[in-house]
Amino acid sequence: MALLEAVGLHAAYGPTRVLHGLDFSMEEGSITTLLGANGAGKTTTLRALCGMVRTEGELRFAGQRIDGRATEEIVRLGIAHVPDGRGTFANLSTEENLRLGAYVRKDRDAVQADLERMYGYFPRLKERRAQQAGTLSGGEQQMLAVSRALMLRPKLMLLDEPSFGLAPLIVKELFGILRAVNEKERVSMLLVEQNAAMALDLASHAYLIETGRMVLSGTSSEVKENDAVRRSYLGY
Amino acid sequence: MEGFLHQVLSGLATGGIYASVALALVMIYQATHLVNFAQGELAMFCTYLAWSLVQAGAPYWVAFFLTVAIAFTLGVVIERVVIRPVEGAPVLSVVVVFIGLLVILNSVTGWIFTYTIKTFPSPFPKEIGLGSYMSPHEVGSIGVTLIVLLLIYAFFRYTPLGLAMRAAAQNPESSRLVGIRVGGMLALGWGLAAAVGSVAGMMVAPIVFLDPNMMAGILLYAFAAALVGGIDNPAGAVFGGFLVGVLENVVGAYVVGNDLKLTVALVLIIGVLVVRPSGFFGKRLVTRV
Amino acid sequence: MSRRGLILLLVVLALACALPFVFSSYRVFQLTLAMIYAIALLGLNMLTGYNGQISLGHGAFYAIGAYCAAILMDKYGVPYWATIPVAGAVCLLSGFLFGLPALRLEGLYLALATFALGVSLPQLLKYKGIEHWTGGVQGIVIAKPDPPFGLPLSQDQWLYFFVLLVLLAMFVLGWNLLRGRIGRALVAIRDHPIASEAMGVNSALVKSLAFGVSAMYTGIAGALGAIAVQFVAPDSFNIFLSITFLVGIVVGGLASIPGAIFGGLFIQFVPNIADEISKAAPWAIFGIFLIGFMYLMPMGIAGAIRLGLARLARGVQNGSREAAP
Repeated sequence: MALLEAVGLHAAYGPTRVLHGLDFSMEEGSITTLLGANGAGKTTTLRALCGMVRTEGELRFAGQRIDGRATEEIVRLGIAHVPDGRGTFANLSTEENLRLGAYVRKDRDAVQADLERMYGYFPRLKERRAQQAGTLSGGEQQMLAVSRALMLRPKLMLLDEPSFGLAPLIVKELFGILRAVNEKERVSMLLVEQNAAMALDLASHAYLIETGRMVLSGTSSEVKENDAVRRSYLGY
Repeated sequence: MEGFLHQVLSGLATGGIYASVALALVMIYQATHLVNFAQGELAMFCTYLAWSLVQAGAPYWVAFFLTVAIAFTLGVVIERVVIRPVEGAPVLSVVVVFIGLLVILNSVTGWIFTYTIKTFPSPFPKEIGLGSYMSPHEVGSIGVTLIVLLLIYAFFRYTPLGLAMRAAAQNPESSRLVGIRVGGMLALGWGLAAAVGSVAGMMVAPIVFLDPNMMAGILLYAFAAALVGGIDNPAGAVFGGFLVGVLENVVGAYVVGNDLKLTVALVLIIGVLVVRPSGFFGKRLVTRV
Repeated sequence: MSRRGLILLLVVLALACALPFVFSSYRVFQLTLAMIYAIALLGLNMLTGYNGQISLGHGAFYAIGAYCAAILMDKYGVPYWATIPVAGAVCLLSGFLFGLPALRLEGLYLALATFALGVSLPQLLKYKGIEHWTGGVQGIVIAKPDPPFGLPLSQDQWLYFFVLLVLLAMFVLGWNLLRGRIGRALVAIRDHPIASEAMGVNSALVKSLAFGVSAMYTGIAGALGAIAVQFVAPDSFNIFLSITFLVGIVVGGLASIPGAIFGGLFIQFVPNIADEISKAAPWAIFGIFLIGFMYLMPMGIAGAIRLGLARLARGVQNGSREAAP
């Protein structure tokens, strides 16, 4: 049974249809990337998975139907979303942001341990733990957003353009941590990225969306070899 | 000099009440960007409930805590039933609904309890030897309001639920992404605001006597206080409350006379809105084009 | 205005002229008050319905108009009909002046500021410093005007026609204002404040003028009201008067000229009927109507009628289309 499954996913903002019948699935423990140009519908797909957008079609997570359910409930099933723009609670402190990530959890000691673990992955966050999160740099806020999502101990993490606006060195560092988390803690990840090269290095599977339709799918190596992808998204 | 000190201290006592109502206003404003015009009437109605409990024979503090609990519940119910349907509606619609609420609460109170003025008991001893500086009730009132304000502060600052409520008020979308039920937080906010308001009502009633229109002036001062402190800043609202209380007394006693005290509030409100809408401590608002 | 609309208007007008000879004196008095409220409501509607500026303090302008009339008649012996334009001018000016600082206040904050005005006004009116003019808490009593030129009308009937005349004048003026460029500017500022500014509409001037004109209408209504009721006192002009006006435009219909008439009738007659139930009932009913209309009929009675007529028209069109072979 796939961890995540979408069948005939349509999504619309008001009267404007953005997704036109997507089908895709993800295995547990994998990292899958969703590629495509601006406006293709990648962010909308992630938002649809979280119940933030009006959808038609079937969405299944660990066998349960999640289409039509409220975002707060979907989170409780173990899906953490690192949104487009990071969604930082700007007026709260770094540590408060992290604690909010664990809001739905009841195991307080483990939460405390996880907090320390996040500081271990991202020492800079520990330095700034009492600082107002809105004053952190772009890279730090991205690390904060990822850590906040990890505080949920999610089964599935959705990441929307985590490399956006970050220096390549920082992206490498971030993606390294994502790989480590995926391997050590079996957190599955669905990664939306415009930076196709780095995404295809991290992920094992890939999908390509164009104007709301799935046009290509396969393993990362298959997709990397695809001529059209190489020309349009990898630049060679 | 003695007179001046008395005015200041007395002003602090009423200031505590304004601070409480202002805090309730700010709590709702932070979560919804709306000003609860019915805050005063809600507090007044709950004070009448307390009165009936005392009339029925309940000891003061039993009536007090029971009223606070009822006020909390009432606030939650009102948010779910009356306010929820107009969430996201244009400002005019929401203001109209608030005014409707104000009017219903006022008239229902008058209908159930009649318009004759009633006395409301003070739980504090009659004499504690501070002479003409402050009455025992004023001292007690400051004490109670300070305790309430501290409790609220501690709640928001140090508890997970308080943190969740702050998060929901600031950033509802991100809050949903961490599993916070934003609608529930709103209802809770209203409950807390109503509870705080009811305490303010019970503290002021012994001074001004219980009457359905007792809170209109107080609400005005609370508005002024919230604006002075910054309508999105709880600490500012508290500071504003005490400041307005003292100003009211001092300006009333030495400048314009007690007859024009409400006009002072009016001038203060318009003045702040025109000169510095974000108040002393609020954030400057920028509208995106 | 369409031919049909004009005929309807003339019929209503003829009916209105006939009423004072059919009804009792008291009923005529009530209808006069309803018309006076309609003038006030048209004023408030211009500001809130058409221009989107919320005022919870229009009772203050009604009071200013009323006191103008009372003071002029009582202290200076000015004839009643001359007080109307004076009240209008005073309120036009004071409204414009209030509108200037209020310009920068949007929706909620303007509602707050005007609410403060409405709450604090009675105290201001009772101020001992101006008691010599205002009569303090007791207020001022004035005499009811007699019909001119020895017309065979009772005082109540004459007053009715006088108010009807003023109402017609004010409504025609309002209709012209709102249908033309100014009306469009008002609505543009309401719906697209930033865009209209960018398009060259002098937002500040229009908004202050809107305040001024709206206050003028309400002030004129206040003067008429003082003459009709023969009495002004501070406590009749408290925040609940302003709230009554709000009820009137919400029920009658925001951004609607005929809505002012429906609203005026509503706020005059419903409390009378409700009073039978209990003293508190009128306001409870007002409150329920306020909330209910926001949920169910946000365009008010006028809006509901407009919608209903539109549906009927569509039905007739469809019917005739079906009937054709």
